[in-house]
Amino acid sequence: MTMERREPVEAVVARLLAAQGERRGALLPLLHDLQEELGFVGEETVAAVAHAMNLSRAEVHGVVSFYHDFRKAPAGRHVVKYCRAESCRSRGGVAIETALADRLRVAMGETRADGQVTLEPVYCLGLCAIGPNALVDGAPVARIDGAAAIERIAATVAA
Amino acid sequence: MTTVFISADMASVALGADALADAFARAGCTVVRTGSRGLFAIEPLVEVQEGEARIGYGRVGPDDVAAILSGDHPRRLGPVDALPFFARQQRFTFARCGINDPLDMAAYAASGGWRGLEAARAMAPQAVVDAVKASGLRGRGGAGFPTGIKWQTVLDARPAEKFVVCNADEGDSGTFADRMLMEGDPYCLIEGMAIAAHAVGAGHGYVYIRSEYPFAIRAMQGAIERSASLLAPFTLEVRVGAGAYVCGEETALLDSIEGKRGQVRAKPPLPAIEGLFGQPTVINNVLSLAAVPFILSEGAEAYAAVGLGRSRGTMPVQLAGNIRNGGLFEIGFGISLGELVETVGGGTASGRPVRAVQVGGPLGAYIPPSMFDLPFDYESFAAAGALIGHAGITVFDDTVDMAQMARFAMEFCAVESCGKCTPCRIGSTRGVETIDRIIAGGRGGDRVEALPQMRNAKARQKIVEQEIALLRDLCDTMKYGSLCALGGFTPYPVLSALDHFPEDFGAPAMPAAAE
Ligand SMILES: Cc1cc2nc3c(=O)[nH]c(=O)nc-3n(C[C@H](O)[C@H](O)[C@H](O)COP(=O)(O)O)c2cc1C
Ligand code: SF4
Ligand code: FES
Repeated sequence: MTMERREPVEAVVARLLAAQGERRGALLPLLHDLQEELGFVGEETVAAVAHAMNLSRAEVHGVVSFYHDFRKAPAGRHVVKYCRAESCRSRGGVAIETALADRLRVAMGETRADGQVTLEPVYCLGLCAIGPNALVDGAPVARIDGAAAIERIAATVAA
Repeated sequence: MTTVFISADMASVALGADALADAFARAGCTVVRTGSRGLFAIEPLVEVQEGEARIGYGRVGPDDVAAILSGDHPRRLGPVDALPFFARQQRFTFARCGINDPLDMAAYAASGGWRGLEAARAMAPQAVVDAVKASGLRGRGGAGFPTGIKWQTVLDARPAEKFVVCNADEGDSGTFADRMLMEGDPYCLIEGMAIAAHAVGAGHGYVYIRSEYPFAIRAMQGAIERSASLLAPFTLEVRVGAGAYVCGEETALLDSIEGKRGQVRAKPPLPAIEGLFGQPTVINNVLSLAAVPFILSEGAEAYAAVGLGRSRGTMPVQLAGNIRNGGLFEIGFGISLGELVETVGGGTASGRPVRAVQVGGPLGAYIPPSMFDLPFDYESFAAAGALIGHAGITVFDDTVDMAQMARFAMEFCAVESCGKCTPCRIGSTRGVETIDRIIAGGRGGDRVEALPQMRNAKARQKIVEQEIALLRDLCDTMKYGSLCALGGFTPYPVLSALDHFPEDFGAPAMPAAAE
């Protein structure tokens, strides 16, 4: 990726914090916005947030590390969140998870070395009667029941 | 011009509803995007307006459009409400879901919307609380605590800034009713929250939605914006979770809204006395709040008229997992579990025999078909060592390995523990390891054990038995040494799997457990 000179993290934090206005408990919404804009919430961001909100770094780090959603490092160009919970398991989800990971050539919870795709676990998407399910770049995909469905996901993340 | 109705629910979209809607639009139809009717086996579904009737065509795609519009497509289902799956339901809460454009304010008002709020605002707060008490409504988020009593506590709390919080964290596998309602009839939830605010004297409310539900987040934000003037001076705001199951626990959820780690608080104080930002707070599940407009507009008696024993009203049951007719089935309490799974649900999707169902999400017990005459209500389930929780039923066929499911229950607890109590934080990891050893032993021991040098190793049968005793001990510690139900209830799926399906753990099958 070519990096144009981007806005310093401190400035992004200041801008997004200002957008929160008078909102109480603004830390979580702010972190969501930061991840949306920066792709992840790294050390630099934690420090900037702590400074801007007059919190200790440890406090902010504690919050960031508590929630599964916040990434410490950028994700791949495509993100597949695959459901591992019971209802999807009852429909063959465990075997499909293995086949999907093999096909995408990335282990669960990892980003492929070429940065093309990240495979992450998710525990239920609320689509529990039509599983196994996944979110592929945010779009819900259901009835992942065999090779054809896996190929469609592979094609999406190959782009 | 022909009008067609196609769901924009996340599940429908996952099954291809968007492409179907595009195809009908290209064919010149007026396409109304609705919520889902709630029977996923027939989705993607399109309903074509024919006079007064809406004629459904199920499991169709863009290629079917021409045949559907000519009226003689083989998958013509007739009027959707007349299908047995829908005809049997008692849709008090989900009456509008799947019918209207969810954000259409006029359609909401025309189908009975806001009548409950109007009725409530014409009443004194105490009278509203009394109506909710009289309805017998109990919290639908899991614990089944009487909603009216909770509201009374907040109403009686010292005069202060008060809050109404909707728990839309819906993390349980096998549940999707909260999601469907927020996407399919968001004003109904908003109306329920506005009634609660009037009843307890709250000025501001939050809907805490898990981040895994992007469609519901969008729908609620849109609906809050559009209805703001009707709600004033009460204001509402959506907060988005960040992928922590434990934030569904009410005190963890409040901490999360405050911008902290979502850790469980010790009770007392109750949230009703010292809740969000230390203020008196009503916190209720989506389904509890969405039941309230009906209670106020149709009367508490109408709601309480259905049900069984102390479980009054209806429950939006979610049929999930390996089930033929998966979806949302709202019905009065008291229907048997077997009827839900076999008659309504049509058995497994795979066509194989049902071996187990898990009711109430990842903290709920596994139940064998020999117990299918259990009536669906809070007390009957509690007496059987189970819980109805958020009323999700996950069906498994006979290929399931129950030791693996028990292991997963422990694994899930380990992943999601908030870390406050040792039995939950550490015990769950020890639980995974113990079950792994049980599974290994049940498979006949590993190769090392079989080596001649290992002649002093204990007999395998003994090892499994000892490990199982250890697992039971561990479950006991978790049950009694955990602050909240994540650590405290994880033993339910584990022990029920062990008790009802001992053969999967390499233990001798108990005659009582075999059907
Ligand atoms: C680990 C854990 C997760 C929970 N998840 C949810 C949830 O996702 N949604 C919910 O409404 N209640 C959940 N609860 C129950 C809540 O703590 C609380 O009982 C509920 O929000 C009260 O609302 P109600 O009285 O309307 O049911 C959970 C409890 C625990 C212990
Ligand atoms: S039981 Fe587990 S999730 Fe609940 S408070 Fe204790 S550590 Fe946290
Ligand atoms: S269990 Fe996979 S979507 Fe609910």
